[in-house]
Amino acid sequence: MAEHATHVPGLAHHFVSMEQQKEAGTIGMWIFLLTELMFFGGLFLAYAIFRYKYPDGFLQGSHLLSVPLGGLNTFILILSSLTMALGVYYSQMGDRKKLVAFLTMTLLLGLAFLVVKFFEYKEKFDHHLFPAIGFWNPAADHPPEQYHQHVRVFLWIYFAMTGLHALHMIVGAGILITLIYLARKGTFTKEYNSPVEISGLYWHFVDIVWIFLFPLLYLTGFHVSGGH
Amino acid sequence: MATEVMETTSTRNYLNNGHTVKSWLLTLDHKRIGLLYLFSISIFFAIGGVYASLIRLELITPEGDLMTAETYNKVFTMHGVMMIFFFLIPSIPAVMGNFLLPIMLGAKDVAFPKLNLLSWYIFILGGSLMLITMINGGIDTGWTFYPPYSSIYSNTQVTLAGVSIFITGFSSILTGLNFMVTIHTMRAPGLTWFRLPLFVWAHYATSLIQILGTPVVAITVLALALERTFQIGIFDPKLGGDPVLFQHMFWFYSHPAVYIMILPSMGVISELIANMTRKRIFGYHFVAFSSLAIAVFGFLVWGHHMFTSSQSMYAGMVFSLITYAVAIPSAIKIFNWTATIYKGSVSYDTPMIYALAFIGLFTVGGMTGLFLAALGLDVHLHDTYFVVAHFHYVMVGGAIIGYLGGIHFWWPKMTGRMYPEVWGRISAAIIFLGFNLTFFPQFVVGYLGMPRRYHAYAPEFQVLHILSSAGASILAVGFIMPVFYFAWSVKFGKKAGNNPWMASGLEWQTSSPPPTENFTYQPVVTHEPYEFEHVEEIKNAGKLENKTA
Ligand SMILES: [Cu+2]
Repeated sequence: MAEHATHVPGLAHHFVSMEQQKEAGTIGMWIFLLTELMFFGGLFLAYAIFRYKYPDGFLQGSHLLSVPLGGLNTFILILSSLTMALGVYYSQMGDRKKLVAFLTMTLLLGLAFLVVKFFEYKEKFDHHLFPAIGFWNPAADHPPEQYHQHVRVFLWIYFAMTGLHALHMIVGAGILITLIYLARKGTFTKEYNSPVEISGLYWHFVDIVWIFLFPLLYLTGFHVSGGH
Repeated sequence: MATEVMETTSTRNYLNNGHTVKSWLLTLDHKRIGLLYLFSISIFFAIGGVYASLIRLELITPEGDLMTAETYNKVFTMHGVMMIFFFLIPSIPAVMGNFLLPIMLGAKDVAFPKLNLLSWYIFILGGSLMLITMINGGIDTGWTFYPPYSSIYSNTQVTLAGVSIFITGFSSILTGLNFMVTIHTMRAPGLTWFRLPLFVWAHYATSLIQILGTPVVAITVLALALERTFQIGIFDPKLGGDPVLFQHMFWFYSHPAVYIMILPSMGVISELIANMTRKRIFGYHFVAFSSLAIAVFGFLVWGHHMFTSSQSMYAGMVFSLITYAVAIPSAIKIFNWTATIYKGSVSYDTPMIYALAFIGLFTVGGMTGLFLAALGLDVHLHDTYFVVAHFHYVMVGGAIIGYLGGIHFWWPKMTGRMYPEVWGRISAAIIFLGFNLTFFPQFVVGYLGMPRRYHAYAPEFQVLHILSSAGASILAVGFIMPVFYFAWSVKFGKKAGNNPWMASGLEWQTSSPPPTENFTYQPVVTHEPYEFEHVEEIKNAGKLENKTA
C-alpha cells in the first residue's frame, strides 16, 4: 500500500488525504466553538436570571456604560470580521500579499478594540466601580445609592462577560500574529490554507459574542427607559 | 500457536518503538497516551481508595473517635473529588477510548494527536494542583462545592481546588473533541455508521456530553473562585447573589457527568457480551441510539438534585418525569444485552463475569435511581445513605465494573500477554461479593434515616455500618489483586496472539501489541460488527496481509 502521502506539504502523517485533514480541522473548530458557546452560556444564564431579579439595578448599571465607546467597538469588530473574511478569500486565491495585508488589518482592528476597552475599564476603576471587595466604593450619586447592591451584581456580570470576551480577543490576536508570520513565509497556498479559514471561524465567533454583549449590557437603558 | 508467537515477537510494535522516558512523555501515539492515562488514573484511584478506607474505618463505631468532624469532612470530600474528577471521568474514555478508538475505526491515530498529548498534560497539571491542595490539608465542602459554605465560610483551599477542577475540565473537553472529530472523519473505507462497534457509539455519545457539559462546570467553578476571592455577589445572597444558581449550573454538568462515567462502560459491556457469547448484539440500532438518547435526556434532568432546595413544585414535577424517561434507554440496553446472552454460546472468562456483574449491579443502581426521582419519596431519602448506595451501585457497580471488564478483555491487545484467568475470576468474584456487602447495607441504613456526610451516628445503625466496612475491606483486596497479576502477566503471561478471544472488530485483526501505525495495511470493512461467521476468514486475510507487508 504505497500511498506515501508524506511528501505533500502540510499533510500530517495520520491523515489519508488533504480533504480528510481539512474536514477534521473544520469540524474540530466548530465543535470547539460549541464548547465556547456553552462556556459563555453560563454567564448569559446568570445575566438572564439577575436581570429578571433586578431590572432597575441593570438599568442603572447600563447607564454607567458609554454607548458611544461600545458602539465604536461594535463598529470596529464588524469591520474586522470583514477584513478577516477577505483574508480567507485571498488565502484561497493564493494571493500572499493581500492575505498578509488583510490579516494585518484584522490584527490592528482587534488591538484597537482592546485599547478602547482598556479606557472603558480604566474609567470604571477610577470611579471605584470594579465590584471586588476592598475596591468597590462608588460615589453616592453614581449610581444612586439605593441601587448600589444591584448595580454591583450588574457590574460583575459586565466585567466577567466583557473580560472573558477580551481574553478571547487577546488569544485571537496571538493567532493572527502567527498566521501573519506563516503567511509572510509563504506557508499558505491555493492548496493548503485551512488554518486561515479555521482561524477565521474563531474570529467571527468572538465577534458574534460581542454583537450579543453590546445590546445586552450597553443598551439595556434604551430598552427599559426608551433612551436617555 | 507457534506462528502466532512468531507474529507478535518478530514485528515492531508500539511498545518497543522507543524505550526512553522521552519517547513516552513526548509521544503522539494514541496507544501510549492511553497507557500514560492508565498509570496516572490508577494513582488517583489508589489515593481515592485510601480516603474511602478512612471513611469506612471511622464509621465502624457510632462515636466519632478516629477523627474530628472537620477532618471527616475533608476525607469524604477528597474521596469524592479524587474518584470523580480524576478517576471516573477520564477512566474508560482516556484509557480504553484512546487506545482502541482509532484502531476500531481503522485509523492511524486520533484526528489531533498533539491535542491528545496536551490533554494528558493538562490532566497532570490539574491533578498536581489537587495533590497540592491535598497536601495543604484538602477541602471540606463535599465534591459538590455548594456555596455559600464554599464561597465564604470554608477555611480550606477551595480556590485552588476550583482552579484544579477548571483546568482538568479542559483535558476532558479535548478528549471529547478529538474523539468526535475522529469518529466523523477517520473511519476506514466501508466503515459506515451502522457498522461501527457499539463501543464507538457509546464514546460518541460521551463526547457529546463532554463537549456540551464540561464548559458549563468550568465557568461555574471559575465563578465560584471569583466569588471567593473578590466577594462580588454571584452566589452570596447577602450581596444579592443566588446560591441556588450555583446548584443549577453545577448539576447541569454534574448530572450528565454521571453519563460520562457510565456510557463508556455500557459501550465496553456491549463489546464484552457480543464477543463472549459469540452473537450479534440483539437490537444493535436500539443499543446505539439509546446511547445518544441517554446523552440528550441526561441534559434535561439536573433539577432532580434540587427537589428540596427551593425549586418550584412544577419544575420538580417536570424534572421528575424526565428522570423517569431517562430510565427507558438504559433499560433498552439491559434488555438487549440479556436477549443477546439468551441461547448464545456463553464463555465465563473474566470479562464475561464482569459483564454479568454489570447487568445485575447497574439494574439495582438504576432502579433505586427511580426511587430518588419520585418527588415524595425523595424528601425522605434525600441526603441519606440511600443516595450514597444508589450512586455507588451506578459508579462502582456500573462504571468501575465495566472498566475492569474492559481492561481484562483488551489486556492481551495492549500488552500482547494474557492475564492469569484463574486469578482474574477469583478477583472478579471477590469484587462482586465485597461490593454488595459494602453498599447493600447502605440502602437499608439510609432508608432507616442515616444521613450522609456524618462521622458519628445513632448506635442502632452500627451493625449495618460494620457489615459495610467489612465489605469494603474485601472490596479492597479484590481491587489490589489485579495490580499484581497484571504486572506479573506483562513478563510471564501466556503470549496472546492477534485474537485470543476469536472476537470480531478491527482491533483483533492487527497484531498484539499493535504496531505504532496500528495496521500494516489499510483495513477495509465489508461486514456489520459482531458477524462471527467472518472472524476466521478475516483473521486469515489479516495474517496474509501481515506477511506481505
Ligand atoms: Cu442526577
